[in-house]
Amino acid sequence: MTFERVTKRYADGTVAVDAVSCEIAAGSFVALVGASGSGKSTLLKTVNRLVPPSDGRVLIDGADVSEGPAWQVRRRIGYVFQNVGLFPHLSVAENIALPLKLERRADPARVDALLDTVELPRALGRRMPAELSGGQRQRVGVARALATDPGLLLMDEPFGALDPVTRDALGQAIARLQRERGLTVLMVTHDMAEALLDATRVLVMENGRIAADTSPAALMRGEGGDTAQGLVAVPRAQAERIAALATGGLH
Amino acid sequence: MGDAFARVPALAAQHLLLAMCALVLALGVALPLGWWSARRPRVARVTLGFASLVQTIPSLALLALFYPVLLWVSGVVGGGVPALGFLPALLALTLYALLPIIRNLVTGLTGIDPAVLEAADGVGMTPAQKLRLVEIPLVLPVAMAGIRTAAVWTIGAATLSTTVGQPSLGDLIFAGLQTQAWTLVIAGCVSAAALALGVDALLGLAEHGARTQRGWLTWGAVVALAAATVVASTPLWARGGDRVVVIGAKNFSEQYILARLIGDRLTRAGYTVQYRDGLGSAVAFGAVAGGEIDAYVDYAGTIWAGEMKRADVPPRDVQVRAITEWARAKRGVGLVGSLGFENAYAFAMRGDDARRRGIASLADLAAASPQLKLGADLEFLDRAEWAAIRRAYPMRFAAATPYSPTFMYRALESGRADVISAFSSDGRIAADRLVTLTDPRRAIPGYDAILLVAPKRTKDQRFLAALRPLVGRINVAAMREANYMVDRDANKATPEAAARWLAAKVGL
Repeated sequence: MTFERVTKRYADGTVAVDAVSCEIAAGSFVALVGASGSGKSTLLKTVNRLVPPSDGRVLIDGADVSEGPAWQVRRRIGYVFQNVGLFPHLSVAENIALPLKLERRADPARVDALLDTVELPRALGRRMPAELSGGQRQRVGVARALATDPGLLLMDEPFGALDPVTRDALGQAIARLQRERGLTVLMVTHDMAEALLDATRVLVMENGRIAADTSPAALMRGEGGDTAQGLVAVPRAQAERIAALATGGLH
Repeated sequence: MGDAFARVPALAAQHLLLAMCALVLALGVALPLGWWSARRPRVARVTLGFASLVQTIPSLALLALFYPVLLWVSGVVGGGVPALGFLPALLALTLYALLPIIRNLVTGLTGIDPAVLEAADGVGMTPAQKLRLVEIPLVLPVAMAGIRTAAVWTIGAATLSTTVGQPSLGDLIFAGLQTQAWTLVIAGCVSAAALALGVDALLGLAEHGARTQRGWLTWGAVVALAAATVVASTPLWARGGDRVVVIGAKNFSEQYILARLIGDRLTRAGYTVQYRDGLGSAVAFGAVAGGEIDAYVDYAGTIWAGEMKRADVPPRDVQVRAITEWARAKRGVGLVGSLGFENAYAFAMRGDDARRRGIASLADLAAASPQLKLGADLEFLDRAEWAAIRRAYPMRFAAATPYSPTFMYRALESGRADVISAFSSDGRIAADRLVTLTDPRRAIPGYDAILLVAPKRTKDQRFLAALRPLVGRINVAAMREANYMVDRDANKATPEAAARWLAAKVGL
């Protein structure tokens, strides 16, 4: 996947994404981190055309995503976002099967397999979305995004609304899936700890530009510049305080 | 009671046809408009504002307003647009049905969780799939509630279409109110309510089917509604041809009786007769000129002041000749002749009260007016005659209240009014021991009952031959007695029975 000078300028003149260029190799897990309003979410949405760029272009396997109808591009890309957006009038199984139905290749066995993948009991398929917990709903959202077996998964703060335990478990599950299936994952998060633990590459965004492009290990070594290190400092300081707590150092 | 319900099926059919046509037309306008409004808040402000504004116009007035509008449109396009009957009723009811449909559609569409719409885009739905698989199912319950409200409103308001000459169950209600035949009123109300509940139930069934994904239920209900509408419209296909005549009547007993008297004669002459009862006084002449009705009885003074805008008061025979000339030359309307009696505006008071106050003429009344309360019929205070009377006899009453004719007499009887704008052929004047006041300055024109026919009937000799025997035949005493048979409180006669009695009485 390639971003070529991708720019998003709104009618009021604000620039959300400012001429971003970068290459993402197939099979990598890339975290997009940055403060609110840094343009990370907007950049992600230019990939599946939920946001059309004002300038520049996005290529997948060398093909410009802006060619052809939007729905055609979107069916090849899994999309998971914070508010999940399960269809409230459809059961869990119907929600998961919907992308397959659009492609006219419905397969009941596939729904069970997807429920297994996201570690949900198969019996849940008959429930309605309103009957599920937040974590269960997000797992269904992931299962729906994986239904057509896409090579690329876009995640927009996927676990932002979940409690820390569920959040950690889901993050690890996604990282495992990504490794096992060789998925390319682009995940927007404001949580640097999540980015460091799950991703293989971290892009730090600031004011619509990429301020740092590096690996989690390099970030931990103190590389990547001030903005990136400012973000890394938070989980690091938390970890140190917790460690100190365990040894009784603070008291 | 049986008599009252005998007219229900035919009127209910016309009623249903009108309401369903208005509902379908309203859906055709409101669904795209609501869809558009939900996406553009500025459009929503305009469409919802307009639809709300329409709702604030009383439905009776909205119906009446289409008469001048359609007359004007007809004039602009060079004629041919009917200003009375089905078209104005359809348009008014359609406008009336817009608000609940648009509002609920906008509420439903804007209420869909944006995350759900984002997900629909995200999984790669085409706009059509998004509509079919997500938006329609989610908006359906709210939108259907609006459609059902609109259906019930439309069926209720359709009763008012009687006033613009479109037959409906309102015919029974209006006729019943005017003649105080309460069984007619009940028959009309109960039938309209049953119709509304039936349609609402079928729409509810259709909604239930859609929600539970039982297509047969939805289609069954829709087909049942469509079939009922088609069945209701079958009598209209058979209609037409010169042999079907429509007799108009304004909204009081004498008019109902005379319409039946005319209708009976035309039936015997081989015509199929239909009635348009309860026409507003102002629209009746327009209806005969436009051919929407074939014949009706009006009063010389009404045409003189209302249509010809004349304020002078010539002798009665001169006036009738002038009207005959004018009607033929200006509007093509034929005047068969005077029926032989006058139904003039006559100010009436309780006999004992008039004697005690020493009032015998309009001049006496003017002098005493500041202490008196006037009761008038619904249109009198706005008529040219009232202006002419006040020019001749400057009067200012303590209060002036409009009543429907029946209640106007009640108001005088109970003392809520001291003087009323009565009608000289009314049987209640004698029965209630009222006195009518004289008009020494001749401000009130003559009100000879005159028989008017539509332009297309002025050459129909068989038609005219059936009506000519009525000319000069009906004296005021006979008319009063016939009117009283319908208006009295006990042992009431139907207008049909009173018409048969009157025919026998005057030897027709």
